[in-house]
Amino acid sequence: MSDKLVTEQTKKLIGLESEPFMVEVERGAIRRFAEAIGDPNPVFNDERAARKARFGTMVAPPTFCRSFGAVPMLRELNLGTHRVLDGGSEWEYFEPIRPGDRITVVSRLADIRETKGRLGPMALVVVETSYTNQFGELCVTQRSTSIHY
Amino acid sequence: MQQQFYYEDVEVGAEVPPVEKDPTTQQLVKYAGASGDFYQIHYDKDYAQANGLAGVIIHGALKNAFLGQLATDFAGEHGRLRKLSVQYRGMDQPGEKLIAKGRVSRKAVEGGEHIVECEIWLENTKGDKNTTGTAVIVLPARPG
Repeated sequence: MSDKLVTEQTKKLIGLESEPFMVEVERGAIRRFAEAIGDPNPVFNDERAARKARFGTMVAPPTFCRSFGAVPMLRELNLGTHRVLDGGSEWEYFEPIRPGDRITVVSRLADIRETKGRLGPMALVVVETSYTNQFGELCVTQRSTSIHY
Repeated sequence: MQQQFYYEDVEVGAEVPPVEKDPTTQQLVKYAGASGDFYQIHYDKDYAQANGLAGVIIHGALKNAFLGQLATDFAGEHGRLRKLSVQYRGMDQPGEKLIAKGRVSRKAVEGGEHIVECEIWLENTKGDKNTTGTAVIVLPARPG
């Protein structure tokens, strides 16, 4: 592996935005996600119980947007690395995501820099993603860091 | 239904009610299916070991979801999770209990909202905290 993972040319990609894509939120997908993470909260699982709760409908658990698919731009970075680890995420919540919502997803390459880890040179890639519903209301933002080595 | 906490009842330093999780390889497969994250290090032991890992490891995003559960349980039906951040400091393997824990680090009324900030983490049975973060929660205030 070369000792320079993040070239000047790669750095020029900072600020790049992905093509927006849309995801239609299915009730069953919310329920399956809640079941997979093992969260029994009725507002994520049970339409009948959720009707009596605050939003009058089921809503998505906090990390549900992870099911909307990989960030397309990460595939285009071509860092020449083989392994990737999730470094962490910062989420901010504005509007709940409800069944039937059509969520537009846009990602932006916020930062990319090289660091030296135990396993050699690593690239830290920070991507900011916004999730906006069909009414133009911002629901969620996510700032996630991935480690490429 | 979880107990509802009110802003007035929560003190800085108070413990967030813990949530115990028991991740299994089956749960990792379910999570792979539900999230669409099919990276083999999370369900294929041979692949994971060929990549220098001791075995399959828990998705970071699943550990994030465990801390999300801790936070939304604490917020309760009338509270609201506003921010959630997590950092992964180490890997965790299935078959070992993880306890989501937290402690209130700050309280403030800002813009009319009653905000409670918590340090949160996942702890294994050895006491390692491989996932840490913060949650910002808006709690309801007791009426008048």
